Amino acid sequence: MIRPDVIIIGAGHNGLVCAAYLARAGMGVLVLESGESTGGMAAPRVLNDDYHFPGLAHVTYPISPTIRKDLKLDQFGYVVGKTIDTIALGANGQHLTISTDAISGNRLRKADIEAYPEFRKQYLAFAKSLSPLFNNKPPRLKNMGFRDTATLARLGWNVRMGLGRDTMYEFLRVAAINIYDVLNETFDNEQLQGALALDAVMGSAMGPRTPGTVLTWLQRLFGELNGAASVHSGEQLVNALTQSAENAGTVIRCNTRVSKILIEDSKAFGVELDDGELIKAKLVVSNADPRTTFSSLIGAPQLDTMFANRVAQIRGSGVVGKLHLALSDLPEFTGIDPSELTNRLLVAPSMRYIEHAFNPSKYGECPDDPILEITLPSTHNSALAPEGHHLMSVNVAFLPYDLNGGWAEQKKTIAYKVISQLERYSPGLKSLIVDHEFLTPRDIEREFDATGGHWHHGELSIHQSFMMRPTYGAAQYDTPIDKLFLCGAGSHPGGGLTGLPGRNAAKRILELGGAK
Amino acid sequence: MNISHEHFRQPIGRTPFDDRMTALSKTENWTTWNCYKVPRVVDKLSTEYFAVRSGCAVMDLTPMEKYRISGQDARPYLDRLVTRDISNLRPGRVTYVVWCNDDGKVIDDGTLFQLNENTYRLCSQHHQLDWLLMSAAGFDVQIEVETHDVAALAVQGPTSYSVLTAAGIDGLDDLEPFGIRNLECGGMPVTVSRTGYTGDLGYELWTDPGHAEPLWDAVFGVQGQYDIHAMGLDALEMVRIEAGFIMPGFDFNTANSTIRDGYDRSPYEVGLGWVVNLDKGHFCGRKALQAESERPARRRLTKMVVEGNKPVGEAFVFAGKNGRQVGEIKCTTWSPILKANLALADIDCVNGRLPERLWARFDYQRELKWRTAWARCHAQTKPFYLPDHKSATPPARF
Repeated sequence: MIRPDVIIIGAGHNGLVCAAYLARAGMGVLVLESGESTGGMAAPRVLNDDYHFPGLAHVTYPISPTIRKDLKLDQFGYVVGKTIDTIALGANGQHLTISTDAISGNRLRKADIEAYPEFRKQYLAFAKSLSPLFNNKPPRLKNMGFRDTATLARLGWNVRMGLGRDTMYEFLRVAAINIYDVLNETFDNEQLQGALALDAVMGSAMGPRTPGTVLTWLQRLFGELNGAASVHSGEQLVNALTQSAENAGTVIRCNTRVSKILIEDSKAFGVELDDGELIKAKLVVSNADPRTTFSSLIGAPQLDTMFANRVAQIRGSGVVGKLHLALSDLPEFTGIDPSELTNRLLVAPSMRYIEHAFNPSKYGECPDDPILEITLPSTHNSALAPEGHHLMSVNVAFLPYDLNGGWAEQKKTIAYKVISQLERYSPGLKSLIVDHEFLTPRDIEREFDATGGHWHHGELSIHQSFMMRPTYGAAQYDTPIDKLFLCGAGSHPGGGLTGLPGRNAAKRILELGGAK
Repeated sequence: MNISHEHFRQPIGRTPFDDRMTALSKTENWTTWNCYKVPRVVDKLSTEYFAVRSGCAVMDLTPMEKYRISGQDARPYLDRLVTRDISNLRPGRVTYVVWCNDDGKVIDDGTLFQLNENTYRLCSQHHQLDWLLMSAAGFDVQIEVETHDVAALAVQGPTSYSVLTAAGIDGLDDLEPFGIRNLECGGMPVTVSRTGYTGDLGYELWTDPGHAEPLWDAVFGVQGQYDIHAMGLDALEMVRIEAGFIMPGFDFNTANSTIRDGYDRSPYEVGLGWVVNLDKGHFCGRKALQAESERPARRRLTKMVVEGNKPVGEAFVFAGKNGRQVGEIKCTTWSPILKANLALADIDCVNGRLPERLWARFDYQRELKWRTAWARCHAQTKPFYLPDHKSATPPARF
């Protein structure tokens, strides 16, 4: 490709989705990736050459059926993973099993067991009613175009007619409140509440009592509309997307770091690489997070003052660490049959416990009892580890990006604290550890070039959602810089392995005339 | 900047010239300007007005907002801040600038002094520190408020050159308009710029607050027929309208103080298109202004002579007598030297042009009885009053 029509910065899954769509529309697409391989946060991470961990995303929902069909992902080896349940770990092996439509466990009351399916049904319906918003570019509220009006009309129709009057009132009541109140109204069992609340706050700097946590949960449930959760095989989705993009003519260059987006006359015309190479293109699409895109690759002086200021103020300090343990054998968990270790295990025994873990993170401290989300990917695919060996992948919530005293000094202590916490539920775990990797939010920032080290390239708070994601002026994927677009998780509808920001961005680019 | 945390106990500040100004005040007619006590009228409005136009008027400028901008990125910072191409600005020169928000709406205007290679002073009507700091992201610049640390005195009028020379300030002969000189007055350093807001020959003197009173005394101690008078804001308002100078925040809403959509104004709409250079490279609001420049003008802050001699005051403007309402008068004055009613009016354009026949309808009192009058208005683009002696170098001696 002598001169591409479009350069996409970053071969994360959204960049690949966007590339595949644009290439299929006939554009010459060049994807530049600073890492060794495609996939970004979804790419596998290999420890010691032998242990293939699923990167940052270890539990996912199936990618949207539209994207799957449009990009022919099945043809390139995409298979929806096996449905998993969630096991809420309790003390002394008193666990709860939570599946998509039922809960079971020793001390559950009948009322909770009966309330659960109804509750799930209702919230999935809420999530579904938001789909016109998630599947399209967010409407511009001022100078609204026809498509914007149509999106809002479909949203209104879905909320009013899809939900029905009473459900709509309930939806409007809960939409901006916190998950703590909602779960307290519905359930008695603290362990169940904790496990459900975790999905509303994991990945965000929010506790169960933080306003807006119903919305973050609905955003997660939106992914579940495509199918139940599974333990992600990073390699498989990333490979399918990569092949689909390449099959359509996309050229992907790894180990290629963009240092600057070239702009003349408020118009992007290419990029400069860190080795000084200049590549020109008709369009530049950034899959990097908005702060990296605007503050680092462009710089405030090239932007208008208020826009630059809004970008600088995007809230997006990551609060989740990732612990990878390479194990010499399958660990034992008290009270869990080894066959159940394919599921997702949670250490979040109550909402109060989560809130207590969240509190110190606000003041730059680590919680004494961190919140953990554990998977054992090798139980799904033994090829990921040497024979007989296993992988444990742990998301550790509420580790502050700005740790008082800095991470360098305390990283080891905190990793040890997490392992000791795991040991409480899995006695003997320590003796199985062959190797480990611990990624703090600072490491995630560095490893994945994501300012703040945030999974979602910016908090999924109400003030950074929809037509304000990442900030107004860039919320419809086009930006104040002509010919520069955003396609990453920092854009609507946000993070998760949905591919939707990438697809919506591609649609927007084509709607605005593509490379013409 | 050195402000005591007890500053709130004295809500109205006193400038370093306050004792001298108070001693001259016969009317005790005070108001505030940026929280400083300043006179509206010191003695008599007509005396002060004619001092500017035929003698020498002295006005305390200290309350004007002053910012010191320095550092190696000071020039690129200012280039991104203001709409004007300032590549010709050099040390010892002043230029008039305006700055806009992202939407290309005017935040304020002011004078930009280049004091030396990397140091500038920006003077503005309104407080700008927040905007200046917000604009500094990504630049290596220091921005300091020096409003309270620099005493400033405007000396304006045809005899001002002779007065300052007689006061012992040498070196003004070849100081051209918009030039700056570091000079001395009785051994005290004083920076003199040939700038002003009166539309007449005039200078602005900048000095340390400790030198304020001796400087004042040197000016007022000049003997001879120079007609030297202290001046208040009321006379300034008359002469600035004659000179066709606009006042952001009074003649139109500034962007950062506007709540309602469409109530703020772009530089094009207030007659400042001449300080917008779209091809100079990026500056804040460029994209919006580029788009606006490609559309027909929507409105224009217009200089108008209103026929007749009745005081106009606030008034609506119509396209033709009894015609469609097209705008409103923002400020007016009776000009003694031109014998005319002058006004600045915000007028809607039709197809990018001002309506041809403009009439003002206004209410006025005669012996306490209200009456309504119509007066023909004549739009004009040039300043109402622009004497040759304003820019003569060297200025005429008296």
